[in-house]
Amino acid sequence: MDRLLRLDNIEKSFPGVKALDGVNLEVTAGRVMGLVGENGAGKSTLMKVLTGIYKRDGGTLEYLGKEREFGGPRQSQEAGISIIHQELNLLSELSIAENIFLGREKVGFPGRILWADMYRDADKLLAKLGVSHSSRTRLGDLGIGEQQMVEIAKAISFESHVIIMDEPTDTLTATETEALFAVIRELRESGHGVVYISHRLKEIFEICDDVTVLRDGQYIGESAVGDIDEDQLIEMMVGRKLEEQYPRVAVEPGQVSLEVSDLCGPRLSNISLAVREGEILGVSGLMGAGRTELMKALYGAYPVESGTISMQGNAIGIKSPQDALAAGIAYISEDRKEDGLILGLSVKENMTLTALSDFCSVTGHIDQAKEREATDRYIDAFNIRTPSRAQEVGNLSGGNQQKVSIAKGLMDRPKVLILDEPTRGVDVGAKKEIYQLINSFKEDGMSIILVSSEMPEILGMSDRILVMHEGSICGEFSAEEADQENLMACAIGRSRPIDEPRKETA
Amino acid sequence: MSAAQASNGQKRRVSIKDRLIQQKTLIALVVMIVIVSFLNPNFFTTGNILNILRQTAINAVMAVGMTLVILTAGIDLSVGSVLALCGAVGASLIAAELPIVVAVGAALGLGAVLGGMSGLIIAKGKVQAFIATLVSMTLVRGLTLVYTDGRPISTGFTDTADAFSFIGTGYMLGIPVPIWIMVLTFAAAWYLLNHTKLGRHIYALGGNESATKLSGINVDAIKISVYAIAGFLSALSGLIVTSRLSSAQPTAGYGYELDAIAAVVLGGTSLMGGKGTIMGTLLGALIIGFLNNALNLLDVSSYYQMIAKALVILLAVLVDTKSK
Repeated sequence: MDRLLRLDNIEKSFPGVKALDGVNLEVTAGRVMGLVGENGAGKSTLMKVLTGIYKRDGGTLEYLGKEREFGGPRQSQEAGISIIHQELNLLSELSIAENIFLGREKVGFPGRILWADMYRDADKLLAKLGVSHSSRTRLGDLGIGEQQMVEIAKAISFESHVIIMDEPTDTLTATETEALFAVIRELRESGHGVVYISHRLKEIFEICDDVTVLRDGQYIGESAVGDIDEDQLIEMMVGRKLEEQYPRVAVEPGQVSLEVSDLCGPRLSNISLAVREGEILGVSGLMGAGRTELMKALYGAYPVESGTISMQGNAIGIKSPQDALAAGIAYISEDRKEDGLILGLSVKENMTLTALSDFCSVTGHIDQAKEREATDRYIDAFNIRTPSRAQEVGNLSGGNQQKVSIAKGLMDRPKVLILDEPTRGVDVGAKKEIYQLINSFKEDGMSIILVSSEMPEILGMSDRILVMHEGSICGEFSAEEADQENLMACAIGRSRPIDEPRKETA
Repeated sequence: MSAAQASNGQKRRVSIKDRLIQQKTLIALVVMIVIVSFLNPNFFTTGNILNILRQTAINAVMAVGMTLVILTAGIDLSVGSVLALCGAVGASLIAAELPIVVAVGAALGLGAVLGGMSGLIIAKGKVQAFIATLVSMTLVRGLTLVYTDGRPISTGFTDTADAFSFIGTGYMLGIPVPIWIMVLTFAAAWYLLNHTKLGRHIYALGGNESATKLSGINVDAIKISVYAIAGFLSALSGLIVTSRLSSAQPTAGYGYELDAIAAVVLGGTSLMGGKGTIMGTLLGALIIGFLNNALNLLDVSSYYQMIAKALVILLAVLVDTKSK
């Protein structure tokens, strides 16, 4: 076997934190190495050390048999290590070819770009990856999955030996994921070494040959994927056995709190739903089914054309988030970085933002002692791992950021809590803590609407499940009758489960 | 126990870093004062220092409003024009022998309304702050020229005018009144930013507008407020200038917006919004004030003064960027 890259005993400290403590990673030609670990385990830091964004404090980096030191991503890329980040670094106004060769345009005399050559080379790369677009297409006209393919084409064009993919499937549809896997297999065939970073353990088992596990900045172990099962892998990641993942609690549902009838808006048609006190209402559906739009509409952040929303039987007009909050509806956004938190502000300032009036006198003077006390109570109750309440939220891990985001919604003591993808980008351990929190709100008699793309989460947590398809609700299931198959069948617009033969014809 | 220790350590580290960032500007100021004091013995005298502070007050008061605006990730180019129009209106009301309270109130109110209108265009019209305030800068300057007919307006030689001149030329406890106004303005802004809801909302808006909106905060109201405050403080500066000169010049405040922005940026406030302190702005305004005076005392020609000022600002900003 041909070893391409070997990181040995890597150490890296930041003020007050040992981010990496003796971490190893090996990449072999023709094999895919999975890299897993909870958020904050050190995966991203390791990749930044590898590509020279961070300088390592200790350990060795051996690449193609020689000890190397990269001064920055440019150097490592030129040496043949490409990294495809979760957030794509592409320019949507440029063509595919321009994106692939950005900064390395082929030029003739006197600095004239050789367009024909560039398009030809780019087209070749695209053909190799099975992308059907011409390289003259504007990048912004491609779907997100195809854009990812362009990133990969770019990586290959550097004649990379090692290609690192950081959570590549987070934004992809199932078909796009399949196409990506086909490309990864091809890269493997052609002797590339691939590092595949993912939360999704299923994918690790599907596409990787080996897997390296990190936890809290430490190297836990490496194993061939064939020698390990999912439970063992989770145990390595979290360092403990994972019991019941969805700790459902039984609560006798109370009165109907929020009721929606015949709600219409852009891409939303005739939505009717009701949720009771002490009930978790799951909302399932595919991406683009209108789930987030509906939730934002209930929160006054998305236009409503007709229909009524009532709380405890009284019709209410919701035109803005202020109205929704006043009526007792809180919404925790799926996109905590864009719509949820203010990353430059502290944990405390984020948490109290929505409910700040509760801490203020009539003149707007903030009672800081009261504010600190409330913040500390939530940090405690939610088990938020932060050095202090003054820490900038942007420095916390994904799971802890999410908890701050939820705490922020709860400070206002809502009657209805809408959670949109509450565990997206959150690691296994923190997920469970968030589920327990949700259950405790349920026990307190809060009404919860849980939107999630993760089937097991919806199935494990909800008392009742609505399925959305193309802007309307196309099915309702009780917790007992719902399973992955009938939810999925409903979500893709079929009226019956996929595998069940049609019995009668109308 | 260990968690408590970690939390203490973190707190200490953050505050030292914050203090160093503050002190960088402070150190620059002190170094400058020390050097110039050696070069010219007339520099570090009580009389000259008070003189500098009094001159700085005009820019500093405007820079307070600019800080609030920039913290929301906006900009206000109209402050110089608002200064001129409000000064002129104030002067003509004093000349008409209206009670001082009425004249001053009208000028300040006008400033707040003019600023608020910029804010309204930005918030409700969704116009970029740069464009919106570029429009009001030109519009208000035009209004000033129309109102004054292009000529200075004298406050006259009445008792009212005499009393009005106290704002720009008077002393309280041996300290010029403009310095008192500056100190009070900074104290009020510090309180606003650190201890009130509006202050917190200003930082939040500058940090992430979309998240602030979804937190149930009326973002438009905050925008209108900060531009209204900026307009109000420009009017206050305009009154200081008018009172000091006993007349309002139609070209007053020309280019002042740039000095105000420079003070804010020197003070370490990010033009991207969401980050910055009011005390930084005070130091920034003081640096500009001391630098102007020092260059004068050192007999640097006014042409070279501009070059020197530009280089100092560039240097300060570069040091600030590097250290981040």
